[in-house]
Amino acid sequence: MKALFLIRYGEIGLKGKNRHFFENKLTSNIKRSLIDVADCRIQHYRGRNFVEVINGDSAAVSSKLRQIFGIVSFSPVATAGLSMENIKEVAARELGKVAKPGITFKVETKRANKRFPLRSPEVSCDVGEYLLANTSGLAVDVHHPDYVLDVEIRDHEAYIYTERIPGPGGLPVGASGKGLLLISGGIDSPVAGWMAMKRGVTLDALHFHSFPFTSERAKEKVVDLTKILSGYGNKINLHVAHFTEIQKELRQKCPEKLTVTLMRRMMFRIAERLAEQRNALALITGESLGQVASQTMESINVIEKVTTIPVFRPLIGMDKEEIVNISRRIGTYNTSILPYEDCCTVFLPEFPVTRPRLTDVEEAEKALDIEALVNESLEKTETIEIKH
Amino acid sequence: MLSEVYLDNSATTVVIPEVAAAMQEALTKNYGNPSSLHRKGLDAERAITASRRIMAKACFVKEEEIFFTSGGTEANNVAIKGVARRYRRRGTHLITTKIEHPSVLYAFRALQKEGFTVTYLEVNRDGLVRTEDVMDAVQDDTVLVSVMHVNNEVGTIQPIEQIGKQLKSAKKEIIFHVDAVQSFGKLPVLPDNWQADIVSFSAHKIHGPKGVGALYCKSGITPDSLFHGGGQEKSLRPGTENTAGIVGFAEAARIAMQKREENVQHMACLRQRLLDGVKTIPNVVYNGTQEAAPHIFNLTVSGVKGEVLVHSLEEHGVYISTGSACHSHRTNPSHVLQAMGLTEKEIEASLRFSFSPYNTVEEINYALEKLRNITASLRLFTRR
Repeated sequence: MKALFLIRYGEIGLKGKNRHFFENKLTSNIKRSLIDVADCRIQHYRGRNFVEVINGDSAAVSSKLRQIFGIVSFSPVATAGLSMENIKEVAARELGKVAKPGITFKVETKRANKRFPLRSPEVSCDVGEYLLANTSGLAVDVHHPDYVLDVEIRDHEAYIYTERIPGPGGLPVGASGKGLLLISGGIDSPVAGWMAMKRGVTLDALHFHSFPFTSERAKEKVVDLTKILSGYGNKINLHVAHFTEIQKELRQKCPEKLTVTLMRRMMFRIAERLAEQRNALALITGESLGQVASQTMESINVIEKVTTIPVFRPLIGMDKEEIVNISRRIGTYNTSILPYEDCCTVFLPEFPVTRPRLTDVEEAEKALDIEALVNESLEKTETIEIKH
Repeated sequence: MLSEVYLDNSATTVVIPEVAAAMQEALTKNYGNPSSLHRKGLDAERAITASRRIMAKACFVKEEEIFFTSGGTEANNVAIKGVARRYRRRGTHLITTKIEHPSVLYAFRALQKEGFTVTYLEVNRDGLVRTEDVMDAVQDDTVLVSVMHVNNEVGTIQPIEQIGKQLKSAKKEIIFHVDAVQSFGKLPVLPDNWQADIVSFSAHKIHGPKGVGALYCKSGITPDSLFHGGGQEKSLRPGTENTAGIVGFAEAARIAMQKREENVQHMACLRQRLLDGVKTIPNVVYNGTQEAAPHIFNLTVSGVKGEVLVHSLEEHGVYISTGSACHSHRTNPSHVLQAMGLTEKEIEASLRFSFSPYNTVEEINYALEKLRNITASLRLFTRR
């Protein structure tokens, strides 16, 4: 038997005149995600999507659907013909799959097809009675049932299901424009990227590579993380910017305690320029207020002064533990904690300033040919297209 | 510019064409199961017997004392766990050193969980174990002593023969294990002279394939096996024989032994050249002794992180390794250099060059020149 999934989306159903745009995005995202998983037909009908698995593994389809932003929940459904007899029969079969003696249930009916002769409460009542009479050890509980058996009566058939699997919610990726994620290989930045995607952002990613001070493996790790993120949306273009010369210049020409601030300012300058080239409308970072020296309010202020593009910091109010929890849930944690991080610590001062002053920073930057350094880094940037 | 200068031969070596050819023959023609009754089986069995003979000859022992394993790690595990468990009734005290390979150290750790007590011997600043320390550690219930021949990180040669002789004259039943993975094919490996009962070998350190090793196990010593199976290798290491691997190992051993003295001389030359060269780079300290194995060379380039040097050298096609892996959150310093008393900073700045007979003086000169330039430029970024 072919498997069928009913997909619910919440927020995008409310988007007024833009609704079609959001719905079409979601439908095309579902299509694209499932393309390598199974042969599916996707239909859109009255505020619902239906995915019919014609050929392939429905468990794999189900695990993919859990990752698609915009989906609030979904259910594997069974179909029945439009007769009470058939509906009851299928309902008994579906409940039988999950029922164990002692559990309680309730029947809920939605009648979208108003030509169906019985009204919703009558259908629920009839089906409920039938289930009680034809199963043993089950009881009805209309307030706190273990299982809700849903019957949806549509134009050509009825859908019956007991299971509601939560989706990730949010908006379909692509519905909110493009952002450029600054990705380091640590725990935070992939989570920030995921949260931006959750609000419909299409990502490009930018990683600063300082070979030989960071290893080829550190870069591989960022590629792996980007690949995990791309599983939640579309392919991601990962830009790997050459950062070694800048690190060396800062080390040689600027006061040690300011290197972190100066380094971040250089990163933001490069990111803004790249964002322009790539038509990205915002930068996205994994900063969380007060977590490290460069993430104090004073640092963030001085660092952001070099850009005019909006900077989104989805993690700004989160504790490390909260970030780690999301990271585990979305599957980036185990890659993030792999030990080949980098030897960039050679460039880290022992006592970085936590409250840099703009005047000091600007004074220090006079020693640098910033434009040339930014250009050189951009010229040596390598772009890798990453698909899940 | 030279395209590739591989100086990480203690990690692993390239399989030489002669070995690859022998293995190809075994894989595609002589593919029978040595246990099969038919001629294909017999042919494969003969190939293994011939390989065993070559291995036995290489260390002057009897053919029936050689057992093939899946590598050095398995050989060490069988030797240590197998002997300790088999002779547990004689006692539960074991002795080893702090600078052994992880496959030895972790085998001993595992035995501690089984109720054995282990003495881990210190080494001196040169990375040498003192024979008197070994003897002092011996107790009435000591059953096994395990000391490596050549250390894989610094190349120090342990006084195996002296240890073996003194051990046996003090207490004949103590079983003496030697990990000869780094020395086999380079230095004379003579279990009889050493009075060693059990010795481990690996193929991929001598231009043989990965995934095959061997154990010399003196007649009369019968370690417990780690696996159970069809009785191959006299049940010490059951499982269908890795014919291609074994044949490749034997071919690599044959070639290494044939040219051993010549190779040693050549590698000693390379080592001397590198030593002379690094002396002219400021603040470089050589770790280990002058009388070390000819193929391993460890040094500390102070003020520079080893890992950064490794990556910088690889940009020029030069491959070496570090004494520690550098991570931004934690470091994983070499236990060997720690045991030798180096500070964390020194360990972080340490490098290992390891040679094969196929390296050339030209390659060493090239690596030296790159090392000199890179060190100078990296030191500009050292924390002030």
